[in-house]
Amino acid sequence: MTITLKQLAKKYDESSQPVLKDVSVQINDGEFFVIVGPSGCGKSTLLRMIAGLTSITAGQLTINGQLANDMPPKDRALSMVFQSYALFPFMTVAENVGFGLKSRKLPAAEIENRVKDALAMVNLTEFRLRKPKALSGGQRQRVALARAIASDAKICLMDEPLSNLDAQLRAKMRIELKQLQRNLGLTVIYVTHDQVEAMTMADRVLVLNDRKVQQVDTPVNLYQHPQNAFVAQFFGTPQINLLSADVLGNELVVDSTLHLKLNGNLNVDNKVLVGIRPSDIQIEIGPKNANARVTTVSYLGDQSVISAVLNDTQTIRILADSTISVVVDDLIKITAIEGFDVFDAHSKEFITRQKGDLQHARITSQAY
Amino acid sequence: MEMNRPVTSETNHGNLKRWGQYALLLVLTVIVLGPFLLGLWTSVMPTAEISKGALWSTHISLDNYITAITTTPILRYLLNSLVISTVTMLFQVLLCSMSAYAFVFLKFRYRKQLFMVFLITMMLPFEAEVIPNFSTVRNMGLLNHYAAMIIPFLTAAFGTFMLRQTFMQMPVELKEAADIEGLSHWQFYSQLAVPYAKISLMTLAAYSFLSSWNQYLWPMLTTFSDNFRPVQDGLRQLQGQESFNNWGMIQASAAIVVIPTLIILFIGQHYFKAGLNEGAVK
Repeated sequence: MTITLKQLAKKYDESSQPVLKDVSVQINDGEFFVIVGPSGCGKSTLLRMIAGLTSITAGQLTINGQLANDMPPKDRALSMVFQSYALFPFMTVAENVGFGLKSRKLPAAEIENRVKDALAMVNLTEFRLRKPKALSGGQRQRVALARAIASDAKICLMDEPLSNLDAQLRAKMRIELKQLQRNLGLTVIYVTHDQVEAMTMADRVLVLNDRKVQQVDTPVNLYQHPQNAFVAQFFGTPQINLLSADVLGNELVVDSTLHLKLNGNLNVDNKVLVGIRPSDIQIEIGPKNANARVTTVSYLGDQSVISAVLNDTQTIRILADSTISVVVDDLIKITAIEGFDVFDAHSKEFITRQKGDLQHARITSQAY
Repeated sequence: MEMNRPVTSETNHGNLKRWGQYALLLVLTVIVLGPFLLGLWTSVMPTAEISKGALWSTHISLDNYITAITTTPILRYLLNSLVISTVTMLFQVLLCSMSAYAFVFLKFRYRKQLFMVFLITMMLPFEAEVIPNFSTVRNMGLLNHYAAMIIPFLTAAFGTFMLRQTFMQMPVELKEAADIEGLSHWQFYSQLAVPYAKISLMTLAAYSFLSSWNQYLWPMLTTFSDNFRPVQDGLRQLQGQESFNNWGMIQASAAIVVIPTLIILFIGQHYFKAGLNEGAVK
């Protein structure tokens, strides 16, 4: 079951701007495919276009080699899990799971079997006769999942299915969902605004922002090789530092006390953005040759996130071992940066990735 | 709240306030129920004593009821009303829910405009429609027949309006989930929309039954014989037939007429409560 999107676009009649444009991607059989982006980026619209609930303005949608632009939702052989679960309050759990099968006029014994199997798979067998209102949020979520499982469709679309659950349950359901998908060999297209959800569950991620596809890649590549500043900023906690810097020969000048050495010349005139992961920064504490002042320290357990201001008032986040003793207003010296990405300051596009080390961070000695 | 007040005076004060509230409620109850109870009481008193203006009698019996049932066509009136009201109710629930479904779930041109036309008919008082309706019914040759009292009320803009509001409250996802499962409009209507709107449908059913049951003007204009006359006009008939009014018997007939209304209200109230509970648990 492959789904191919070719230059898909959506424009509503009321607005002059399209909500989505030029979305092209192929989703493979058995893949856990996540569509992620900030709210309002059009990710739900894209999912609903695949489901057939929203019409397609331009481009081609092919499901299993068949053009599906105008195919009614039921012929697309897919199931969908909604953010609000879409359970019927007057039906029991078992009836909710089986309602689609019943309307498809399957034999009663078959419906019974499928419902039983689906409920067993999500551990809800003992709740089969309850009404949705007598279930907890997590259980309702699992009923919605069971309905998708029972439908036996090989493609399952999920629209932020975990966003109504509390943090612990969400973490648990993420693992369950991923296992279920693998066991059933489902092709899942999963919409979320949560980068952690995208990173932990996905085989591949499509990053949407500003009506456009930013990058389609595996979680590892998104983190290590972001194609633009947005993607770099979207993934990873704490967020990557994006510092504006001037290009001066083969050096990047972040500010008067922080220079980064480049391997070879950049084909850009002066302004760039330097992306530095907070975990790639090493610091020394003490006023000697300091080039930043600590503004906040957030304790996370074995690590701490330190925010500091550079000489030129840019803020930098540093992930440090929490054994390091540092308090607000301490002066620190950034001694090394293990690696950094360079992005164009205007287009925000990726230019180059540089390996750095201690020597490359040239620190001019200057009293802070 | 003032926590530093002595506990006893607080509770005494509270008690006093509550007694006051109950007393007021009791007085209001008596005022509301008084005429009703008086009517029920006179229905078991002999007519001779009612005529004397007595409020108390020792000759309590069900004689008036027996007289009403045996000497007047009250049972026939009841049957007529039952047929008219039941058929009206069934059709209103069916047709109003179907039209409301169309206004919510079907996309067609001029949907909004058509609904406005529906609303406009609701704003027209029935009295204004009596004359054209009467001539229509007469031209169709339906005078003095059940049809004259049923056909004009088969559907009501109010019912469509009310059920449209209910259907609009259904989460969009329910319809979308049904679309993905491949339910046809008819399946979605009968299996999902109707059960979802059960409470509203019951309310509409009770409302349409009662308003049909309580019709007076229209049946008075269109029926001329006891075979088709509904209860409210029948009651008026009992009073006018003789120069001497058998008030005890008329009261007994009135009591009989009220019984189905009470049953409907009782059932309706049961569903109404169920509806409140259903809404409370999200």
